[in-house]
Amino acid sequence: MAFEPAVTDLEQLKSHAEVACLLAWKAAAVEGAKFDRNELSIYVERTALRGACTTLKSDPALQYDSLSDVTCVDWIPTDPRFEVIYHLFSTVTKKRVRLKVRLAGDQAAVDSLVPLWPGANFFEREVFDLFGVRFNEHPNLKRIMMPDNWEGYPLRKDYPVEGYR
Amino acid sequence: MVINMGPQHPSTHGVLRLLLEIDGETIVRIMPDIGYLHTGIEKTCEAKFYQQVVPMTDRIDYLCPMTNNLTYCLAVEKLLGLEIPPRGQWLRVMLNELTRINSHLVWLGTHAMDIGAMTVFLYCFRERENILRLFEAVSGQRMMTSYFRIGGVAVEPPLDFFARVKAFNDTFPGHIDEYEGLLTQNPIFVNRLKDVAYISKEDALALCATGPTLRASGVDVDLRRDAPYSGYENFKFNVPTSTVGDVYARYLVRVAELRESQKIVAQALAGLPEGPVKADAPKVVLPDREKMKTQMEALIYHFKIVTEGFTVPEGEVYQAVESPRGEMGYYIVSDGTAKPYRVHMRSPSFANLQSLQTMCEGRLIADVVAAIGSIDIVLGDCDR
Repeated sequence: MAFEPAVTDLEQLKSHAEVACLLAWKAAAVEGAKFDRNELSIYVERTALRGACTTLKSDPALQYDSLSDVTCVDWIPTDPRFEVIYHLFSTVTKKRVRLKVRLAGDQAAVDSLVPLWPGANFFEREVFDLFGVRFNEHPNLKRIMMPDNWEGYPLRKDYPVEGYR
Repeated sequence: MVINMGPQHPSTHGVLRLLLEIDGETIVRIMPDIGYLHTGIEKTCEAKFYQQVVPMTDRIDYLCPMTNNLTYCLAVEKLLGLEIPPRGQWLRVMLNELTRINSHLVWLGTHAMDIGAMTVFLYCFRERENILRLFEAVSGQRMMTSYFRIGGVAVEPPLDFFARVKAFNDTFPGHIDEYEGLLTQNPIFVNRLKDVAYISKEDALALCATGPTLRASGVDVDLRRDAPYSGYENFKFNVPTSTVGDVYARYLVRVAELRESQKIVAQALAGLPEGPVKADAPKVVLPDREKMKTQMEALIYHFKIVTEGFTVPEGEVYQAVESPRGEMGYYIVSDGTAKPYRVHMRSPSFANLQSLQTMCEGRLIADVVAAIGSIDIVLGDCDR
């Protein structure tokens, strides 16, 4: 049971092409990064998300051409409360990278990735449905799992596991 | 006009409801309505110990329980930094490939039946029954196996297990020929499938499709080869692809995958290493029954694991494996306690379902049935 400790120093992580690429594009967009258990996570500034994804997607050396997954974690009572998590995968280099956006609790909203990957549609609807995070410019932001008239957001940590009785 | 297809419709493979906007017989728009099987598994996982989550993962995708077990266990093992002994890994690969065959057989049978070929369904279920008996021999359960545990597999398989797997595996190529003989050149079947529900490489990628749906459109990605896990790098197999992108191409890719899986099982049988099937980590892996009854220390560990669980170091991992339907991914966040802070399943059925609109636009209603069959969705996987 041994593994390397996590690296969070941005200077050291510049050796990763993904971090270097985003820093070269817009240094202010990168809030931090972490390399842990062989997985790279990059914290991206909220408004720069779509730009960062476009950069990673179009960079000729990286070619992150597919979106694996979108999900969210509720870190209540920490502020900012939500972390929306994007897993990108390159079908060319077969590498993965994780982008994270931190969102404050009330009025949590981030730009939708549907213009880049139409397949983000369902994933973002799921996050909206279960966490109440809104996605700007999403074409059809409705509940997907729960009934339309459901109250509350079940995967938030302040929602009881057995539901409200 | 908008008509409603499902949720109780025999060709929607479960409780999928499609709202079809049609112009005469032609599809203008498809709006999938899912969530009928949503049971909040992700939320339930947050209230359970790590080892108690394993039986929940079976119930997500009931056609490939072992693949879900495997993905979850690999993710937690990655968080723990746990090494699995070779025999455990090879057993996992062998059972995982049997699961793929099992899942593809259900797909082949139901897909062919949707098109109108009844016989194949019965043939497929005959072979699937053999696989379910193998699962029963090894885990005591036919479908919800929970055989893979964090740190290895539950127990060493019974003595005659490998002989039975070999007996099944040796005859299986002949059975694939049998199915192919009924379908591959059958003019009725081919006419219903060829040039139907086409999706281009670019569209498939943009719509987050994975697995055979993506490979049949010409993208050569298979996580078993490209991001090997559980010792897949030791096995030799081809990744069938096609550039045609229609239902028939997806049919051919999956049938070819059946043959590849059969080869992997044969290799796993031939080269199965000796040794333990569980990792040597007494704080995580339950001790053998015998030890628990005779050794004080083992009894204490057993009691501790069962009553308090085990803590997992803080961190997060995303582990993806190639399930029969595509990329099955588990994203687990640990806050250092004995219960996961967050478990998210990236399910292939959920993502692949989005391609349906592009596939069916401008086609006839009858083609929707072929298209649904060809993306091979499982609604339990989709809704979680």
